[in-house]
Amino acid sequence: MSSPLKGGPEVVLRLAGISKRFGPLLANDDISLTLRAGEVLALLGENGAGKTTLMNILFGHYVADEGTIEAFGRPLPPGSPRAALEAGIGMVHQHFTLADNLSVLDNIAVGTESLWRWRSDRSAARRRLLDLSQRFGLEVRPDALVGDLSVGERQRAEILKALYRDARILILDEPTAVLTPQESAGLFETLRKLTADGLAVVFISHKMNEVFAASDTVAVLRAGKLVATHATASTDRAKLAELMVGRSVKPPAPTPLSPGEPVLELAGVTVASDHGRPLLDGVDLTVRRHQVVGIAGVSGNGQTALAELVSGLIRPDSGRLSLKGSVVEHGDPADMVRRGVARIPEDRHSAGLVGAMAVWENLIAERYHDHAFSRFGVLRRGAARSYARKVIEEFDVRCPGPDARTQLLSGGNMQKLILGRTLAHGPDLILASQPTRGLDIGAVSYVHSRLLDARSAGAGVLLISEDLDEILALADCVTVAYHGRLTPLLPHDRVSVSQLGLLMAGHWDILRDILPETQLEHGDAA
Amino acid sequence: MRLEPRTDTPLALRLLAPVGAVVAALALCALLVAWTGAPVLRAYGLLFEGAVGSRFALTETLTRATPLILTGLAAAVAFRAKLWNIGAEGQLYMGALAAVVVGGGMLDLPAWALIPVVMIAGMAAGGVTLLGPAMLKVRFGVDEVVTTLLLNFVVLLLVSMLLEGPLKDPMGMGWPQSAPVAEAAELPKLVERTRLHAGLTIALGLSVLLWLVDTRTIWGYENRAVGANPRAAAFAGMPVTRIMLRTALLSGGLAGLAGAAEVCGLKGYLTLDLSPGFGYSGIVVAMLAQLHPIGVVGAALFIAGIFVGADAMSRAMPVPNYIADVLVAASLLCMLVAGLLARYRLRRG
Repeated sequence: MSSPLKGGPEVVLRLAGISKRFGPLLANDDISLTLRAGEVLALLGENGAGKTTLMNILFGHYVADEGTIEAFGRPLPPGSPRAALEAGIGMVHQHFTLADNLSVLDNIAVGTESLWRWRSDRSAARRRLLDLSQRFGLEVRPDALVGDLSVGERQRAEILKALYRDARILILDEPTAVLTPQESAGLFETLRKLTADGLAVVFISHKMNEVFAASDTVAVLRAGKLVATHATASTDRAKLAELMVGRSVKPPAPTPLSPGEPVLELAGVTVASDHGRPLLDGVDLTVRRHQVVGIAGVSGNGQTALAELVSGLIRPDSGRLSLKGSVVEHGDPADMVRRGVARIPEDRHSAGLVGAMAVWENLIAERYHDHAFSRFGVLRRGAARSYARKVIEEFDVRCPGPDARTQLLSGGNMQKLILGRTLAHGPDLILASQPTRGLDIGAVSYVHSRLLDARSAGAGVLLISEDLDEILALADCVTVAYHGRLTPLLPHDRVSVSQLGLLMAGHWDILRDILPETQLEHGDAA
Repeated sequence: MRLEPRTDTPLALRLLAPVGAVVAALALCALLVAWTGAPVLRAYGLLFEGAVGSRFALTETLTRATPLILTGLAAAVAFRAKLWNIGAEGQLYMGALAAVVVGGGMLDLPAWALIPVVMIAGMAAGGVTLLGPAMLKVRFGVDEVVTTLLLNFVVLLLVSMLLEGPLKDPMGMGWPQSAPVAEAAELPKLVERTRLHAGLTIALGLSVLLWLVDTRTIWGYENRAVGANPRAAAFAGMPVTRIMLRTALLSGGLAGLAGAAEVCGLKGYLTLDLSPGFGYSGIVVAMLAQLHPIGVVGAALFIAGIFVGADAMSRAMPVPNYIADVLVAASLLCMLVAGLLARYRLRRG
């Protein structure tokens, strides 16, 4: 497939017929792409579409089974990150590759100096770093320890590291996954400065709005195949979504419901880490029936502690947690299940399911003491299996049957399994932590519709998500977590993404613009 | 060449893996046998004959297999829950110690009552020995490999001290050995005029029982879940700490029972050479059996046969019986490789 942009600036990168197979999975199927100087190419696709594999081949982490790569007109030897670096390709990984215990300058200079020199030329390196930083508006503190930096600063350091090595082609793997909306906007500004200087950028994403905010060209991958390449300006969201999924997708549409009585109440809840650092700091929160409360925030601002608290894994150090009006004194996971809490954990692989066990064994894991599944300590395997068959059918879990090993299921089907385990019993409260992270669009819309069905049936939903679009689409009320504290509940139709972004960054003074004064007096705005 | 994980391991391959490992180990040790100058085939022939070639050989092998089944089960039960109990040797001696104390005339009971009491005392002593390291593990995260392994030496020194002191048999001509257990505490012989005793029946019964517990009961279900993913088990509401401690009691108890059965079924009294490393061989047995309670029986018979057969062979040929230790060690290494190959697929390129 050729780029729709004919002629124009010099072609800096050409991928031809790249194929890569992992066992039975064809991760990349005959992919050809070209990239020109000054161009931002967005590589769009769902999880598992092959985006990261393709870029890892380009950067030499993997060797393609077939196909060739040409950079600046010269063939790139496969399987050598060093050759890729020398050819002017720089990669910023999703998970940063910086050493926390070194300074920014050391991190950037490391590997560029000869091992056999007596001393390194720090002042030259510093001059060069500051020069680059100024030219592209990438603000960093050269002597700060990387461990002390914010996520946005670390990303800038990663980009500078690539530029320091004379990268002319920059690959960014899901660069905005960890950024607030404002930080993302700053990143896109940087990309424009880079391309103005003649650099070419490939950025990997599965978020539509970023594609339109930052790219010139968009290439869509689906199931390892390149399904389309378009100039970004000549396409629209609906079309791209359809290309990505292979069929049209409807966004979730919650019906308006009036909230009922409270199912979860937190009053002044404080939780400290083992080192005494506050994870939750005087949190007040109420979730009512027929209501979805969304918790927004950059990860690491207390969401994990909140989820563990409601899951029954930890207890408040002070303050009170009540369910359906009764105070929970000694919450443990089994107690929370008995009280009607459906818990969807953040990490379904390590906390949600036992991969080595069968599907039916995982489905009864929260209630195997029920007389339906065991008598006098002996499992009723027949009853458990037929129960599993019922749940599998009701929740559309694609698997060979109740005896299939759970780790063979896809991420989406694992999540359906967890939904089946928790939602099949008509819960009063649903704790959904990152319920759609890593799922493809089809599974995402299934999870959303199940959560909304449960809301209609009378459950309250506590939705913790890093995806603001998800929160704004599902939640009736939103609260933002920052440094272990929560803002008062904000009705979803009165906040914008940019306001949420400011709140996520700690600018709680804007709460005055969102909420009437009367409500603020009861809240604890910073 | 590279390894790719298999999505599912077929049953035939899982059964074939230990057989292949044993064949490979035999082939490797053939080199050592050849080095001594002995004819390899005749040596292995004699080894086989010495293990199962006669009524006597067969009962000897079964006698030898009895403690190996029990220590093999002890290792299998613990390893399944990812509790790395390397201390079965020490737990075995603690069980034997309890047997000579409780069964040494302290209680005046008829055989039908005394034997269960002595066996249970042995299990309790073994179980409690492992409980300490297990509690350190769940409470403070202390590595149980280190604590259980080192406890073996502590226990051996304790036994040595007791056999030189308070437990020393006054009629024992000065040898460091305990007084014999009461006649009522002795396990009955299974076959007249052989050494084969009812400990084998207990061991076989327990391996079937443990298999049923593992697959059919809540206990087994919880153990497997905690072993495979403790975080998910805790999230689902299982009492992970209690399950770990329960597993420790069971594992240590099985090893302790091995010691009690050796004392009451075979030796009659306690010495410091009661066990030629049954506790450590139990680990090999469990690995060869891929931690399956029924498989443990087959693996224990194999290991016992190697030891008994090698003794017989070394009497007829210039091959020392240490070849048995080498064979057992080689089969463990081959089994680890076979286990890897069963879980992965080898690919060119």
